[in-house]
Amino acid sequence: MTAGMLTTILIAMLGGAIRVSTPFMFVALGETITEKSGRINLGLEGNLVLGAMVAYGVSYETGQPWLGVLCAGFSGVFLGLIHGLICSLPRVNDIAVGIAMMTFGIGVAFFFGKPYIQPSAPRLESLPLGNWSDNPALRSALEINPLFFVGIIMAAVIWWMLANTRPGVILRMVGDSEPSARAMGVNPIKVRVLATAAGGFMAGVGGAFLSLSYPGSWNEGLSSGQGLMAVALVIFARWNPLRCILAALLFGAAGAIGPALQSVGISQGYYFFNAAPYILTLFIMIASARSGASAAVAPGELSIVK
Amino acid sequence: MADITTGTFGTGVSTVRWRAGLEKIAIPLGALVVSALLFSVFLLALGKNPLTFYALIWQGGFSSFFSIQNTLQRAAPLILTGLAFAVPATIGLTMIGAEGALVLGGFAAAAIAVPLVVAEAPVVLTMLIMVVFAMSAGAMLTMIAGWLRHARGVNETISSLLLTYIAVATMNFFVEGILRDPNSANKPSTVPIGDAYKVGAIPGTDVHWGLAAGLVLAVLLYFLMFRTTFGFAARVTGGNPRAALAQGLPVGKLILACAAISGACAGLAGYYEVAAIHGQANASLVAGYGFTGILVAFLARQNPLAIVPVAILFGALDASGGLIQRRMDLPDATIQVLQGLIFVVLLTSETLTGRIRFFQPGIGK
Repeated sequence: MTAGMLTTILIAMLGGAIRVSTPFMFVALGETITEKSGRINLGLEGNLVLGAMVAYGVSYETGQPWLGVLCAGFSGVFLGLIHGLICSLPRVNDIAVGIAMMTFGIGVAFFFGKPYIQPSAPRLESLPLGNWSDNPALRSALEINPLFFVGIIMAAVIWWMLANTRPGVILRMVGDSEPSARAMGVNPIKVRVLATAAGGFMAGVGGAFLSLSYPGSWNEGLSSGQGLMAVALVIFARWNPLRCILAALLFGAAGAIGPALQSVGISQGYYFFNAAPYILTLFIMIASARSGASAAVAPGELSIVK
Repeated sequence: MADITTGTFGTGVSTVRWRAGLEKIAIPLGALVVSALLFSVFLLALGKNPLTFYALIWQGGFSSFFSIQNTLQRAAPLILTGLAFAVPATIGLTMIGAEGALVLGGFAAAAIAVPLVVAEAPVVLTMLIMVVFAMSAGAMLTMIAGWLRHARGVNETISSLLLTYIAVATMNFFVEGILRDPNSANKPSTVPIGDAYKVGAIPGTDVHWGLAAGLVLAVLLYFLMFRTTFGFAARVTGGNPRAALAQGLPVGKLILACAAISGACAGLAGYYEVAAIHGQANASLVAGYGFTGILVAFLARQNPLAIVPVAILFGALDASGGLIQRRMDLPDATIQVLQGLIFVVLLTSETLTGRIRFFQPGIGK
C-alpha cells in the first residue's frame, strides 16, 4: 500500500466519519435526554426510519427539504409521546415497549413510504468547505451537511442546559431519584413523557439526514440498526452530550472503513467491514458495562444499569 | 377474611386459580380485539373496508386446505422463534437475536452441506450433521449474549440485536465470497443442497417437517420450564435474580442454558428454511421470522404451549399478506403495521394484569 493510497483512505474515512456520524449523533443526543429522565427508549430505530420517510415525502411534495426535517422531528415526537405515555402506566416494561415501537415505527414508515421509493426529492444542500484544496478527495470529504453543525450546536446547548438551567436540573433529578423529585413537587411522569418526546424529535431529525443527505434517498434498507447502536453509544458517552459527538464520530469512522477501502479498489472483505460498526459497538458495550466511571454518572432510575 | 371464617376458603382458592388462569388468556385476547378495532379505524381513514380486510385474512389463512397448509408452513418457523424468545424471557432475559440465530443456523447448515453433498454422503447422516450445525451455530450466537449479560453485565437486548447484524454480515461475507455458487448470478447463494438432501413434507400435506419439530419442541420445553427443577430454578431466577443467587442457584449456568436453548430453536428454524424451503443459504433467510417470534412469545405470555396457536395466527396473517396486497391495493407493509399495533396494544394491556376485579375474586373485598 502506497502513502498516496493511505492518504486517500484516511481522507475517505474522515469524510465518511462526518457523514455517517450525523444520524448517530442526533439519535444519541435524543436518547441522552430520554435516559437522563430515567427511561430508556429502545424504539429510536423506528423514529429514525419514520423520520427518514417523512422527511423525504415532505421534501418531495413541497420541494422544501428543511420543512421535511421539521416534519421528521414531529413524527419522532409522535412516536416518542406514545412510548412515553405507555411507559407511564404501571407494570409496563420500557425495554419491551421500545421493541414494539421499533416494529410499529418501521411498519408505518414502510406502509406510507411505498410511493416515495422511486421519485427523487430535493435534498439538503451540503456546504462545500473544501474549496480551498486542490485535492478532489478532500473536497468531497469536506462537503459537510449543515445538519452536522446543527447537531454539534445542539449537543453544546443540551450539555449547557443540563448543567446550568432549571429544566436541566429537574430532568437530572427525575432521572436520579424519583422520590426526591416527588418531594420537590415535580411530577416525574410528566418530565419523562416530555423527555421521551424530545428524544423522539432528535431521532426523527437524524432520520431526515439519512434520506435527505447521506445516503440521500428513501428505501426500506436505509437504516440497519443505527438507532439501536446509538443507544449503546449513549452508555459509552456516559450520558454526556459532548462525548456523544466524539462517540458518534468514532462510530462513523468504523462505518466508513468498508467504503473507504473500496474507494482505493480494495473490495475484498467489504461485507466483513460492514460488520465493523456492530462489532465495535459490542466491544464498547463490553468495555463500558460495569465500568466504575460509567456507573458513577449513570442516571439512578435507569432500568438498564440498575 | 369472611371467607376463611365461614369455611368457603377452599372454593375461594379454586375460583382464584381458575379466574387467574382466565386472565392470562382474556387480557391478550382483549388486546387483539382492541388492535383489530384500532386497525379498522386506520383502514377506514384510508378509505378501505376493514370487513374486506379481515375476510381476506380468513380466506388467505384458513378457508381452504391449501391456505391452511400455507399458514402452517409459515407458522413453523414462528413456533421455533417464539420459543427462542420465550425460554430466555422466563429467566429474565429480553433477547431479540432469534433472527440472527436463524440466519446463522441456516447458513451453517447450508455451508456444511456443500462438501457432504459433493462427497455423496448418506442422506440421513447429512441431515443430522446439518441439524447439529444449525442448532450449534444458533446456540453459539445467543450464548455470547447470555454470557456477556451474566459475566459482564452487558445489556442482552442490545447485544443480541448487534449479534443479529453481525450474523447477517457473516453470511453475506461468505455467500458473496468463497462459498458463492457461480451459477447464482442475481442473488448470491451457496451451492444448492439438491433435492435428495432436502427435507420432505409431512405425509398427506405440503407442510414441511419443521412444523412437527416445532410442536414437539413446544411440548418438551413446556415440560422443561414448568415441570422440572431446571424450569423452576429458571423461573425463580427470572422472578428475582438476587434471591436466586442467595439460594445458591447456578444462575450463570441457567442463563447460558436458556440462551443455548433459544439459539438452538432459532437455528433449527434456519435449518428448515434452508433444507425445506430455499435449498440454499441466501438473503431470503433474513425474512423477519425472528422478530415476529418476539411478538408471538409476548402474546403467548412466554408459555411454550400457547406459542403454537399464536404462531398459527401470525402464520395466517403472513400467508394472507399477498392476497390483501392484490385485492385491496395495500402495500405489503400493511401486515407489519398491524403487527406493530398489536405489539404496542398488547404491552399496554399488561398494565391491567392483576387490576381487574373479576380475575381477583376474594381480594380487596
